[in-house]
Amino acid sequence: MSVAETKAEKLDGWNRPPAMEPEGEGELLEIAMGPHHPSTHGVFRMDVTLDGERVMRLKPVFGYLHRNHEKIAEGAAYLASMPYTDRLDYFCSLSNNWAYALAVEKLVGQQVPERAQYIRVILAELTRIQNHAASIGFLIQEMGASGTPLMYAFRQREKIVDLFESLTGSRMMCNYMRFGGCRVDVSAAWLESARTVVAGLPAFVDEFEALLTTNEILMARCQGVGVLKADLAVNASVTGPLLRASGVNYDIRKVDRYGIYDRFKFRVPLGDHGDVYDRYMVRVLEMRESIRILEQALPAIPAGPIMDPKAKLRGFRPKPGEAYGRIEAPKGELGFYLISDGSPNPYRYRVRPPSLINLTILEDMCLGQNVADVVLIFGSVDIVLGEVDR
Amino acid sequence: MLGEGILKGMAETAKNFAGSFVSEDRLTTVEYPEQRIPTFENARVFPFLVYDGSDWAAGMRCVACQICEKECPPKCIYIEKSQDKKPDFVGKPQFYPARFDIDVSVCMSCQICVEVCPFEAIKMDTEFELATDNRFGGLLLDREELAKSNEYYHRIHPTEADEVDARLNSEKAAAEAKAKAAAQAAAAKSADAAKPSPAKPAPSTGGED
Repeated sequence: MSVAETKAEKLDGWNRPPAMEPEGEGELLEIAMGPHHPSTHGVFRMDVTLDGERVMRLKPVFGYLHRNHEKIAEGAAYLASMPYTDRLDYFCSLSNNWAYALAVEKLVGQQVPERAQYIRVILAELTRIQNHAASIGFLIQEMGASGTPLMYAFRQREKIVDLFESLTGSRMMCNYMRFGGCRVDVSAAWLESARTVVAGLPAFVDEFEALLTTNEILMARCQGVGVLKADLAVNASVTGPLLRASGVNYDIRKVDRYGIYDRFKFRVPLGDHGDVYDRYMVRVLEMRESIRILEQALPAIPAGPIMDPKAKLRGFRPKPGEAYGRIEAPKGELGFYLISDGSPNPYRYRVRPPSLINLTILEDMCLGQNVADVVLIFGSVDIVLGEVDR
Repeated sequence: MLGEGILKGMAETAKNFAGSFVSEDRLTTVEYPEQRIPTFENARVFPFLVYDGSDWAAGMRCVACQICEKECPPKCIYIEKSQDKKPDFVGKPQFYPARFDIDVSVCMSCQICVEVCPFEAIKMDTEFELATDNRFGGLLLDREELAKSNEYYHRIHPTEADEVDARLNSEKAAAEAKAKAAAQAAAAKSADAAKPSPAKPAPSTGGED
Protein backbone atom coordinates (compact mmCIF):
# COMPACT_ATOMS: atom_id res chain seq x y z
CA MET A 1 0.00 0.00 0.00
CA SER A 2 1.47 3.34 -0.99
CA VAL A 3 1.63 6.36 1.25
CA ALA A 4 -0.94 8.18 -0.87
CA GLU A 5 -3.44 5.36 -0.50
CA THR A 6 -3.05 5.27 3.29
CA LYS A 7 -3.60 8.98 3.39
CA ALA A 8 -6.74 8.76 1.27
CA GLU A 9 -8.08 5.99 3.46
CA LYS A 10 -7.44 8.00 6.59
CA LEU A 11 -9.19 11.02 5.14
CA ASP A 12 -12.19 8.82 4.40
CA GLY A 13 -12.15 7.64 7.96
CA TRP A 14 -12.18 11.23 9.12
CA ASN A 15 -15.48 11.69 7.38
CA ARG A 16 -14.61 15.06 5.97
CA PRO A 17 -17.03 16.57 3.48
CA PRO A 18 -15.86 16.15 -0.14
CA ALA A 19 -14.08 19.01 -1.91
CA MET A 20 -16.48 21.42 -3.57
CA GLU A 21 -16.88 21.60 -7.34
CA PRO A 22 -18.05 24.83 -8.92
CA GLU A 23 -21.52 24.81 -10.46
CA GLY A 24 -22.16 26.39 -13.85
CA GLU A 25 -19.68 28.67 -15.59
CA GLY A 26 -19.30 31.67 -13.29
CA GLU A 27 -15.97 32.81 -11.88
CA LEU A 28 -14.91 32.07 -8.36
CA LEU A 29 -14.63 35.06 -6.07
CA GLU A 30 -12.03 35.19 -3.35
CA ILE A 31 -12.70 37.56 -0.48
CA ALA A 32 -10.95 38.23 2.79
CA MET A 33 -13.39 38.44 5.68
CA GLY A 34 -11.53 40.20 8.44
CA PRO A 35 -9.24 40.92 10.22
CA HIS A 36 -11.36 44.04 10.71
CA HIS A 37 -14.70 42.44 10.01
CA PRO A 38 -17.05 43.23 12.91
CA SER A 39 -18.16 39.61 13.24
CA THR A 40 -14.71 38.15 13.80
CA HIS A 41 -14.58 38.61 17.58
CA GLY A 42 -11.29 40.46 17.36
CA VAL A 43 -8.70 40.09 14.68
CA PHE A 44 -9.27 36.99 12.62
CA ARG A 45 -9.29 36.58 8.87
CA MET A 46 -11.16 34.07 6.76
CA ASP A 47 -10.04 33.81 3.14
CA VAL A 48 -13.28 32.62 1.59
CA THR A 49 -13.61 31.38 -1.97
CA LEU A 50 -17.15 31.82 -3.22
CA ASP A 51 -19.16 30.48 -6.10
CA GLY A 52 -21.99 32.97 -6.04
CA GLU A 53 -23.19 32.72 -2.48
CA ARG A 54 -21.80 29.24 -1.85
CA VAL A 55 -18.57 28.75 0.10
CA MET A 56 -16.11 26.65 -1.90
CA ARG A 57 -13.06 26.98 0.28
CA LEU A 58 -12.32 28.70 3.55
CA LYS A 59 -8.87 29.35 4.89
CA PRO A 60 -8.64 30.63 8.47
CA VAL A 61 -5.74 33.04 9.03
CA PHE A 62 -4.74 33.95 12.54
CA GLY A 63 -1.77 35.32 14.41
CA TYR A 64 -2.70 38.99 14.43
CA LEU A 65 -2.90 38.97 18.20
CA HIS A 66 0.14 36.79 18.81
CA ARG A 67 2.09 38.14 21.77
CA ASN A 68 4.53 35.37 22.61
CA HIS A 69 2.76 34.25 25.77
CA GLU A 70 4.41 30.82 25.97
CA LYS A 71 7.93 32.09 25.36
CA ILE A 72 7.52 34.94 27.84
CA ALA A 73 6.32 32.43 30.42
CA GLU A 74 9.43 30.30 29.89
CA GLY A 75 11.58 33.26 30.82
CA ALA A 76 9.56 34.35 33.84
CA ALA A 77 8.90 32.91 37.29
CA TYR A 78 5.93 30.57 37.68
CA LEU A 79 3.93 33.17 39.56
CA ALA A 80 4.63 35.88 36.99
CA SER A 81 2.73 33.92 34.31
CA MET A 82 -0.48 33.90 36.36
CA PRO A 83 -1.59 37.43 35.38
CA TYR A 84 -0.75 36.65 31.75
CA THR A 85 -3.14 33.69 31.76
CA ASP A 86 -5.96 36.18 32.43
CA ARG A 87 -5.25 37.59 29.02
CA LEU A 88 -5.66 34.31 27.14
CA ASP A 89 -9.42 33.99 27.14
CA TYR A 90 -10.22 37.35 28.64
CA PHE A 91 -13.88 36.45 29.11
CA CYS A 92 -13.01 33.58 31.46
CA SER A 93 -9.89 34.67 33.34
CA LEU A 94 -10.80 32.67 36.44
CA SER A 95 -11.02 29.42 34.46
CA ASN A 96 -7.61 30.12 32.97
CA ASN A 97 -6.20 30.81 36.43
CA TRP A 98 -7.55 27.52 37.65
CA ALA A 99 -6.11 25.50 34.77
CA TYR A 100 -2.64 26.98 35.27
CA ALA A 101 -2.78 26.60 39.06
CA LEU A 102 -3.90 22.99 38.60
CA ALA A 103 -0.94 22.24 36.33
CA VAL A 104 1.55 23.73 38.78
CA GLU A 105 -0.10 21.99 41.74
CA LYS A 106 0.25 18.69 39.87
CA LEU A 107 3.88 19.50 39.15
CA VAL A 108 4.80 20.09 42.80
CA GLY A 109 2.14 17.89 44.41
CA GLN A 110 0.39 20.60 46.40
CA GLN A 111 -2.95 20.05 48.09
CA VAL A 112 -5.64 22.70 47.92
CA PRO A 113 -7.71 23.29 51.09
CA GLU A 114 -11.45 22.53 51.09
CA ARG A 115 -12.59 26.12 51.22
CA ALA A 116 -10.40 27.14 48.31
CA GLN A 117 -11.77 24.21 46.27
CA TYR A 118 -15.32 25.43 46.84
CA ILE A 119 -14.37 29.01 45.96
CA ARG A 120 -12.79 27.77 42.74
CA VAL A 121 -15.87 25.81 41.73
CA ILE A 122 -18.17 28.76 42.48
CA LEU A 123 -16.03 31.18 40.48
CA ALA A 124 -15.56 28.76 37.57
CA GLU A 125 -19.29 28.14 37.26
CA LEU A 126 -20.09 31.86 37.45
CA THR A 127 -17.51 32.33 34.71
CA ARG A 128 -19.19 29.66 32.60
CA ILE A 129 -22.59 31.32 32.94
CA GLN A 130 -21.35 34.78 31.97
CA ASN A 131 -19.33 33.38 29.07
CA HIS A 132 -22.24 31.40 27.64
CA ALA A 133 -24.65 34.33 28.09
CA ALA A 134 -22.26 36.66 26.26
CA SER A 135 -21.44 34.15 23.53
CA ILE A 136 -25.12 33.50 22.79
CA GLY A 137 -25.68 37.24 22.78
CA PHE A 138 -22.93 37.73 20.22
CA LEU A 139 -24.21 34.82 18.14
CA ILE A 140 -27.68 36.35 17.94
CA GLN A 141 -26.15 39.75 17.23
CA GLU A 142 -24.37 38.25 14.23
CA MET A 143 -27.66 36.85 13.07
CA GLY A 144 -28.93 40.41 12.78
CA ALA A 145 -30.85 40.86 16.04
CA SER A 146 -29.25 44.23 16.61
CA GLY A 147 -28.47 44.25 20.26
CA THR A 148 -31.49 43.27 22.31
CA PRO A 149 -30.43 39.74 23.35
CA LEU A 150 -26.83 40.92 23.71
CA MET A 151 -27.89 43.72 26.03
CA TYR A 152 -29.96 41.34 28.15
CA ALA A 153 -26.98 39.00 28.36
CA PHE A 154 -24.63 41.81 29.31
CA ARG A 155 -27.00 43.17 31.91
CA GLN A 156 -26.82 39.83 33.68
CA ARG A 157 -23.13 39.39 33.00
CA GLU A 158 -22.51 42.75 34.63
CA LYS A 159 -23.81 41.44 37.95
CA ILE A 160 -21.48 38.44 37.83
CA VAL A 161 -18.56 40.61 36.79
CA ASP A 162 -19.32 42.95 39.71
CA LEU A 163 -19.02 39.92 41.99
CA PHE A 164 -15.62 39.21 40.48
CA GLU A 165 -14.52 42.79 40.98
CA SER A 166 -15.63 43.00 44.58
CA LEU A 167 -13.70 39.80 45.33
CA THR A 168 -10.61 39.92 43.15
CA GLY A 169 -10.28 43.64 42.47
CA SER A 170 -10.67 43.43 38.73
CA ARG A 171 -13.60 42.74 36.44
CA MET A 172 -11.86 40.68 33.81
CA MET A 173 -8.16 40.39 34.67
CA CYS A 174 -8.85 38.67 37.97
CA ASN A 175 -5.42 37.10 38.72
CA TYR A 176 -7.04 35.37 41.67
CA MET A 177 -5.87 31.77 42.02
CA ARG A 178 -2.52 30.90 43.51
CA PHE A 179 -0.59 27.64 43.60
CA GLY A 180 -2.17 25.82 46.52
CA GLY A 181 -5.21 28.03 47.02
CA CYS A 182 -6.63 31.47 46.35
CA ARG A 183 -5.35 34.98 46.94
CA VAL A 184 -7.99 36.52 49.22
CA ASP A 185 -10.75 34.93 51.24
CA VAL A 186 -14.41 35.40 50.40
CA SER A 187 -16.37 37.29 53.03
CA ALA A 188 -19.80 36.41 54.34
CA ALA A 189 -21.14 39.54 52.64
CA TRP A 190 -19.70 38.42 49.32
CA LEU A 191 -21.28 34.98 49.64
CA GLU A 192 -24.59 36.64 50.43
CA SER A 193 -24.44 38.83 47.32
CA ALA A 194 -23.38 35.79 45.27
CA ARG A 195 -26.47 33.96 46.53
CA THR A 196 -28.64 36.91 45.48
CA VAL A 197 -27.12 36.95 42.00
CA VAL A 198 -27.48 33.17 41.60
CA ALA A 199 -31.10 33.35 42.78
CA GLY A 200 -31.79 35.79 39.95
CA LEU A 201 -30.14 33.66 37.28
CA PRO A 202 -32.91 31.11 36.53
CA ALA A 203 -35.32 33.97 35.77
CA PHE A 204 -32.73 35.40 33.41
CA VAL A 205 -32.28 32.11 31.54
CA ASP A 206 -36.07 31.76 31.32
CA GLU A 207 -36.35 35.25 29.88
CA PHE A 208 -33.53 34.54 27.45
CA GLU A 209 -35.22 31.34 26.32
CA ALA A 210 -38.64 32.98 25.96
CA LEU A 211 -36.97 35.57 23.78
CA LEU A 212 -35.02 33.18 21.59
CA THR A 213 -35.60 29.44 21.73
CA THR A 214 -38.85 29.21 19.79
CA ASN A 215 -38.26 32.28 17.65
CA GLU A 216 -39.00 31.26 14.07
CA ILE A 217 -36.36 33.50 12.53
CA LEU A 218 -33.68 32.05 14.80
CA MET A 219 -34.79 28.51 14.02
CA ALA A 220 -34.82 29.19 10.28
CA ARG A 221 -31.31 30.60 10.42
CA CYS A 222 -29.78 28.04 12.79
CA GLN A 223 -31.33 24.65 12.20
CA GLY A 224 -29.40 22.45 9.81
CA VAL A 225 -26.67 25.06 9.40
CA GLY A 226 -23.03 24.23 10.03
CA VAL A 227 -23.54 20.58 10.86
CA LEU A 228 -20.57 18.90 12.52
CA LYS A 229 -20.74 15.10 12.63
CA ALA A 230 -19.71 13.39 15.85
CA ASP A 231 -16.85 11.30 14.40
CA LEU A 232 -15.34 14.28 12.57
CA ALA A 233 -15.57 16.32 15.76
CA VAL A 234 -13.77 13.61 17.72
CA ASN A 235 -11.11 13.23 15.04
CA ALA A 236 -10.45 16.95 15.03
CA SER A 237 -10.14 16.86 18.85
CA VAL A 238 -12.88 19.42 19.21
CA THR A 239 -13.97 19.88 22.83
CA GLY A 240 -16.50 21.80 24.86
CA PRO A 241 -20.07 22.73 23.91
CA LEU A 242 -19.16 22.35 20.23
CA LEU A 243 -18.37 18.65 20.74
CA ARG A 244 -21.31 17.99 23.04
CA ALA A 245 -23.71 19.59 20.56
CA SER A 246 -22.62 16.86 18.14
CA GLY A 247 -23.77 14.26 20.66
CA VAL A 248 -20.44 13.16 22.17
CA ASN A 249 -20.65 12.80 25.93
CA TYR A 250 -17.31 14.25 26.98
CA ASP A 251 -17.09 16.72 29.82
CA ILE A 252 -13.81 16.90 31.74
CA ARG A 253 -15.69 17.77 34.91
CA LYS A 254 -17.15 14.25 34.64
CA VAL A 255 -14.14 12.52 33.06
CA ASP A 256 -11.34 13.84 35.28
CA ARG A 257 -13.43 14.89 38.29
CA TYR A 258 -10.78 17.50 39.02
CA GLY A 259 -11.23 19.73 42.04
CA ILE A 260 -14.35 18.61 43.87
CA TYR A 261 -16.73 18.15 40.93
CA ASP A 262 -17.49 14.59 42.05
CA ARG A 263 -19.50 16.01 44.95
CA PHE A 264 -22.05 17.86 42.85
CA LYS A 265 -25.04 16.51 40.98
CA PHE A 266 -25.28 17.88 37.46
CA ARG A 267 -26.05 16.60 34.01
CA VAL A 268 -24.14 17.03 30.77
CA PRO A 269 -26.44 18.37 28.05
CA LEU A 270 -25.94 16.74 24.65
CA GLY A 271 -27.06 17.79 21.19
CA ASP A 272 -28.48 15.63 18.46
CA HIS A 273 -27.74 17.17 15.10
CA GLY A 274 -24.57 19.14 15.70
CA ASP A 275 -25.92 22.26 14.03
CA VAL A 276 -25.82 25.87 15.22
CA TYR A 277 -29.16 25.53 16.98
CA ASP A 278 -27.92 22.56 19.00
CA ARG A 279 -24.88 24.54 20.07
CA TYR A 280 -27.12 27.37 21.21
CA MET A 281 -29.33 24.92 23.10
CA VAL A 282 -26.39 23.11 24.73
CA ARG A 283 -25.08 26.44 26.03
CA VAL A 284 -28.46 27.40 27.46
CA LEU A 285 -28.78 24.04 29.21
CA GLU A 286 -25.22 24.24 30.49
CA MET A 287 -26.08 27.56 32.10
CA ARG A 288 -28.94 25.83 33.90
CA GLU A 289 -26.65 23.02 35.08
CA SER A 290 -24.08 25.58 36.27
CA ILE A 291 -26.80 27.27 38.30
CA ARG A 292 -27.55 23.85 39.84
CA ILE A 293 -23.88 23.40 40.81
CA LEU A 294 -23.82 26.90 42.31
CA GLU A 295 -26.96 26.21 44.31
CA GLN A 296 -25.24 23.14 45.77
CA ALA A 297 -21.82 24.74 46.30
CA LEU A 298 -22.80 28.07 47.86
CA PRO A 299 -24.52 26.71 51.02
CA ALA A 300 -21.93 23.94 51.45
CA ILE A 301 -18.83 26.11 51.56
CA PRO A 302 -16.83 25.19 54.71
CA ALA A 303 -14.76 27.46 56.92
CA GLY A 304 -11.01 27.07 57.01
CA PRO A 305 -7.80 28.21 55.37
CA ILE A 306 -7.65 29.15 51.69
CA MET A 307 -3.97 28.48 51.11
CA ASP A 308 -1.81 25.39 51.45
CA PRO A 309 0.44 26.28 54.42
CA LYS A 310 3.47 24.95 52.55
CA ALA A 311 2.83 27.17 49.55
CA LYS A 312 5.19 30.10 49.10
CA LEU A 313 5.07 33.05 46.78
CA ARG A 314 8.74 33.79 46.28
CA GLY A 315 11.61 31.40 45.65
CA PHE A 316 9.30 28.87 44.00
CA ARG A 317 11.45 26.13 42.43
CA PRO A 318 9.63 22.90 41.53
CA LYS A 319 11.63 19.67 41.28
CA PRO A 320 12.44 18.52 37.73
CA GLY A 321 9.44 16.85 36.13
CA GLU A 322 6.44 17.49 33.94
CA ALA A 323 2.73 17.91 34.43
CA TYR A 324 -0.39 18.49 32.40
CA GLY A 325 -3.35 20.11 34.11
CA ARG A 326 -6.63 20.45 32.28
CA ILE A 327 -10.07 21.74 33.09
CA GLU A 328 -13.39 22.09 31.35
CA ALA A 329 -13.21 25.77 30.49
CA PRO A 330 -16.41 27.32 29.08
CA LYS A 331 -15.00 26.93 25.57
CA GLY A 332 -13.62 23.41 25.89
CA GLU A 333 -10.62 21.59 27.26
CA LEU A 334 -8.09 24.12 28.49
CA GLY A 335 -4.78 22.52 29.39
CA PHE A 336 -1.39 23.71 30.56
CA TYR A 337 1.65 21.51 29.97
CA LEU A 338 4.70 22.34 32.04
CA ILE A 339 8.21 20.91 32.13
CA SER A 340 10.37 21.93 35.05
CA ASP A 341 14.15 21.62 35.11
CA GLY A 342 14.43 22.69 38.72
CA SER A 343 14.95 26.36 37.94
CA PRO A 344 12.58 29.17 39.03
CA ASN A 345 11.05 29.36 35.56
CA PRO A 346 9.48 26.56 33.49
CA TYR A 347 11.63 24.87 30.87
CA ARG A 348 8.60 24.39 28.66
CA TYR A 349 5.21 26.01 29.00
CA ARG A 350 2.50 25.08 26.59
CA VAL A 351 -1.16 26.03 26.47
CA ARG A 352 -3.76 23.80 24.87
CA PRO A 353 -6.26 26.44 23.83
CA PRO A 354 -9.79 25.19 23.15
CA SER A 355 -10.57 28.16 20.90
CA LEU A 356 -7.74 27.43 18.46
CA ILE A 357 -8.42 23.71 18.20
CA ASN A 358 -12.17 24.18 17.82
CA LEU A 359 -11.46 26.67 15.06
CA THR A 360 -9.48 24.19 12.94
CA ILE A 361 -12.71 22.49 11.89
CA LEU A 362 -14.31 25.73 10.65
CA GLU A 363 -13.80 24.99 6.96
CA ASP A 364 -15.52 21.61 7.15
CA MET A 365 -18.56 23.17 8.78
CA CYS A 366 -18.77 26.01 6.26
CA LEU A 367 -18.37 24.20 2.92
CA GLY A 368 -21.43 24.52 0.74
CA GLN A 369 -23.11 27.01 3.05
CA ASN A 370 -24.10 30.55 2.17
CA VAL A 371 -21.59 33.25 2.96
CA ALA A 372 -24.04 34.85 5.41
CA ASP A 373 -24.08 31.59 7.38
CA VAL A 374 -20.29 31.56 7.70
CA VAL A 375 -20.59 34.42 10.17
CA LEU A 376 -23.17 32.44 12.12
CA ILE A 377 -21.17 29.19 12.17
CA PHE A 378 -18.07 31.08 13.20
CA GLY A 379 -20.01 32.72 16.02
CA SER A 380 -21.33 29.36 17.21
CA VAL A 381 -17.79 28.03 17.68
CA ASP A 382 -17.35 30.66 20.41
CA ILE A 383 -13.74 31.76 20.30
CA VAL A 384 -11.70 34.51 21.85
CA LEU A 385 -8.75 35.64 19.78
CA GLY A 386 -6.60 36.23 22.84
CA GLU A 387 -6.57 32.49 23.29
CA VAL A 388 -6.32 31.53 19.62
CA ASP A 389 -3.16 33.54 19.01
CA ARG A 390 -1.64 33.67 22.50
CA MET B 1 -48.68 28.77 14.66
CA LEU B 2 -46.00 30.51 12.66
CA GLY B 3 -44.89 33.69 14.38
CA GLU B 4 -45.81 32.52 17.86
CA GLY B 5 -42.17 32.45 18.98
CA ILE B 6 -41.59 35.94 17.62
CA LEU B 7 -44.65 37.28 19.45
CA LYS B 8 -43.48 35.63 22.66
CA GLY B 9 -40.11 37.31 22.25
CA MET B 10 -41.73 40.66 21.51
CA ALA B 11 -43.77 40.34 24.70
CA GLU B 12 -40.51 39.81 26.58
CA THR B 13 -38.93 42.95 25.11
CA ALA B 14 -42.09 44.94 25.84
CA LYS B 15 -41.92 43.75 29.45
CA ASN B 16 -38.32 44.90 29.66
CA PHE B 17 -39.07 48.24 28.04
CA ALA B 18 -41.93 49.00 30.42
CA GLY B 19 -39.97 47.56 33.33
CA SER B 20 -37.04 49.88 32.76
CA PHE B 21 -39.23 52.81 33.87
CA VAL B 22 -40.15 51.28 37.21
CA SER B 23 -37.39 48.83 38.11
CA GLU B 24 -33.86 49.96 38.97
CA ASP B 25 -32.76 46.42 38.24
CA ARG B 26 -33.67 46.68 34.57
CA LEU B 27 -31.86 49.96 33.98
CA THR B 28 -28.18 49.44 34.53
CA THR B 29 -26.40 52.26 32.70
CA VAL B 30 -25.15 55.49 34.28
CA GLU B 31 -24.13 58.76 32.63
CA TYR B 32 -20.45 58.33 33.36
CA PRO B 33 -18.60 61.59 33.85
CA GLU B 34 -21.47 63.18 35.79
CA GLN B 35 -22.75 60.05 37.51
CA ARG B 36 -20.36 57.54 39.01
CA ILE B 37 -20.74 54.06 40.41
CA PRO B 38 -18.80 53.83 43.70
CA THR B 39 -15.67 51.70 43.32
CA PHE B 40 -15.35 48.44 45.20
CA GLU B 41 -13.11 48.36 48.22
CA ASN B 42 -10.99 45.62 46.66
CA ALA B 43 -10.64 47.42 43.35
CA ARG B 44 -7.10 47.73 42.06
CA VAL B 45 -5.76 49.93 39.31
CA PHE B 46 -2.21 51.13 39.82
CA PRO B 47 0.30 50.85 42.67
CA PHE B 48 1.28 53.67 45.02
CA LEU B 49 3.86 53.96 47.80
CA VAL B 50 2.61 54.34 51.36
CA TYR B 51 4.24 56.81 53.75
CA ASP B 52 3.59 57.41 57.46
CA GLY B 53 3.27 60.90 58.92
CA SER B 54 3.07 64.07 56.88
CA ASP B 55 6.44 64.16 55.09
CA TRP B 56 6.53 61.68 52.24
CA ALA B 57 10.33 61.57 52.01
CA ALA B 58 10.82 60.93 55.74
CA GLY B 59 7.92 58.54 56.23
CA MET B 60 8.36 56.37 53.13
CA ARG B 61 7.98 52.72 54.14
CA CYS B 62 9.90 51.42 51.13
CA VAL B 63 13.42 50.23 51.96
CA ALA B 64 14.49 49.69 48.33
CA CYS B 65 14.85 45.93 48.71
CA GLN B 66 13.96 45.64 45.00
CA ILE B 67 11.85 42.50 45.42
CA CYS B 68 8.90 44.07 43.57
CA GLU B 69 11.22 45.16 40.78
CA LYS B 70 12.37 41.56 40.40
CA GLU B 71 8.94 39.91 40.67
CA CYS B 72 7.00 42.38 38.48
CA PRO B 73 5.85 40.35 35.44
CA PRO B 74 6.07 43.14 32.84
CA LYS B 75 9.08 44.77 34.60
CA CYS B 76 7.54 48.21 34.89
CA ILE B 77 9.27 49.18 38.18
CA TYR B 78 12.67 50.86 38.30
CA ILE B 79 14.41 51.34 41.67
CA GLU B 80 17.73 52.90 42.65
CA LYS B 81 18.94 52.21 46.16
CA SER B 82 20.13 55.14 48.29
CA GLN B 83 23.76 55.46 49.51
CA ASP B 84 22.86 56.56 53.06
CA LYS B 85 20.26 55.20 55.50
CA LYS B 86 17.28 56.71 57.28
CA PRO B 87 15.34 55.30 60.26
CA ASP B 88 12.17 53.32 59.47
CA PHE B 89 9.00 53.12 61.60
CA VAL B 90 10.76 50.97 64.23
CA GLY B 91 13.75 53.29 64.32
CA LYS B 92 16.07 50.86 62.57
CA PRO B 93 18.29 52.51 59.95
CA GLN B 94 17.28 51.35 56.47
CA PHE B 95 18.02 52.22 52.88
CA TYR B 96 15.42 54.18 51.00
CA PRO B 97 14.71 54.44 47.28
CA ALA B 98 16.76 57.25 45.75
CA ARG B 99 14.67 56.65 42.65
CA PHE B 100 11.41 54.74 42.29
CA ASP B 101 9.67 54.90 38.92
CA ILE B 102 6.65 52.99 37.64
CA ASP B 103 5.60 53.16 34.02
CA VAL B 104 1.81 53.46 33.81
CA SER B 105 1.74 52.31 30.21
CA VAL B 106 3.55 49.05 31.05
CA CYS B 107 1.93 48.18 34.38
CA MET B 108 -0.85 45.60 34.04
CA SER B 109 -2.39 46.06 37.52
CA CYS B 110 -1.73 42.49 38.60
CA GLN B 111 -0.96 43.29 42.25
CA ILE B 112 2.01 40.92 42.47
CA CYS B 113 4.24 43.76 43.74
CA VAL B 114 1.80 44.24 46.63
CA GLU B 115 1.77 40.55 47.46
CA VAL B 116 5.54 40.11 47.54
CA CYS B 117 6.35 43.32 49.45
CA PRO B 118 7.48 42.35 52.99
CA PHE B 119 7.30 45.95 54.28
CA GLU B 120 3.67 46.87 53.40
CA ALA B 121 5.15 49.72 51.40
CA ILE B 122 3.39 49.36 48.04
CA LYS B 123 -0.39 49.12 47.72
CA MET B 124 -2.97 49.37 44.95
CA ASP B 125 -4.82 52.59 44.22
CA THR B 126 -8.44 52.78 43.06
CA GLU B 127 -7.94 55.93 40.98
CA PHE B 128 -8.54 54.95 37.36
CA GLU B 129 -8.48 58.21 35.42
CA LEU B 130 -4.78 58.12 34.62
CA ALA B 131 -4.92 59.52 31.09
CA THR B 132 -2.50 62.31 30.34
CA ASP B 133 -1.60 64.48 27.37
CA ASN B 134 2.12 63.96 27.92
CA ARG B 135 3.01 60.48 26.85
CA PHE B 136 6.65 60.63 27.97
CA GLY B 137 6.91 62.32 31.36
CA GLY B 138 3.24 61.98 32.20
CA LEU B 139 3.19 58.20 32.08
CA LEU B 140 6.38 57.57 34.06
CA LEU B 141 5.53 58.32 37.67
CA ASP B 142 8.41 59.03 40.07
CA ARG B 143 8.44 58.45 43.82
CA GLU B 144 6.97 61.85 44.69
CA GLU B 145 3.96 61.24 42.44
CA LEU B 146 3.62 57.67 43.71
CA ALA B 147 3.80 58.57 47.42
CA LYS B 148 0.39 58.61 49.14
CA SER B 149 -0.23 58.94 52.86
CA ASN B 150 -1.39 56.15 55.13
CA GLU B 151 -4.59 58.15 55.73
CA TYR B 152 -5.32 57.96 52.00
CA TYR B 153 -4.73 54.20 52.13
CA HIS B 154 -7.21 53.97 55.02
CA ARG B 155 -9.73 55.94 52.99
CA ILE B 156 -9.65 53.69 49.92
CA HIS B 157 -9.12 50.25 51.49
CA PRO B 158 -10.34 50.60 55.12
CA THR B 159 -10.47 46.90 56.07
CA GLU B 160 -7.14 46.01 54.51
CA ALA B 161 -5.41 49.11 55.94
CA ASP B 162 -6.64 48.32 59.47
CA GLU B 163 -5.18 44.83 59.20
CA VAL B 164 -1.88 46.21 57.94
CA ASP B 165 -1.72 48.80 60.75
CA ALA B 166 -2.45 46.15 63.37
CA ARG B 167 0.33 43.97 61.95
CA LEU B 168 2.82 46.86 61.81
CA ASN B 169 1.94 48.00 65.34
CA SER B 170 2.44 44.53 66.76
CA GLU B 171 5.76 44.34 64.90
CA LYS B 172 6.75 47.70 66.31
CA ALA B 173 5.71 46.66 69.83
CA ALA B 174 7.65 43.42 69.46
CA ALA B 175 10.71 45.32 68.22
CA GLU B 176 10.46 47.80 71.12
CA ALA B 177 10.04 45.00 73.65
CA LYS B 178 13.00 43.23 72.12
CA ALA B 179 15.11 46.38 72.24
CA LYS B 180 14.09 46.94 75.85
CA ALA B 181 14.88 43.34 76.77
CA ALA B 182 18.22 43.59 75.02
CA ALA B 183 19.01 46.84 76.83
CA GLN B 184 18.03 45.28 80.16
CA ALA B 185 20.10 42.20 79.45
CA ALA B 186 23.04 44.38 78.52
CA ALA B 187 22.53 46.42 81.69
CA ALA B 188 22.26 43.26 83.82
CA LYS B 189 25.39 41.91 82.16
CA SER B 190 27.32 45.07 82.87
CA ALA B 191 25.96 45.03 86.42
CA ASP B 192 27.10 41.41 86.79
CA ALA B 193 30.46 42.30 85.37
CA ALA B 194 30.65 45.18 87.82
CA LYS B 195 29.86 43.09 90.91
CA PRO B 196 33.05 41.02 91.33
CA SER B 197 35.19 44.12 91.40
CA PRO B 198 34.24 46.05 94.52
CA ALA B 199 36.98 48.55 93.79
CA LYS B 200 34.73 50.13 91.16
CA PRO B 201 32.12 52.67 92.25
CA ALA B 202 28.54 51.63 93.01
CA PRO B 203 26.74 49.95 90.03
CA SER B 204 24.80 53.02 89.04
CA THR B 205 24.68 51.95 85.36
CA GLY B 206 21.92 49.45 86.14
CA GLY B 207 19.48 52.19 87.10
CA GLU B 208 19.85 54.27 83.97
CA ASP B 209 17.30 52.31 81.97
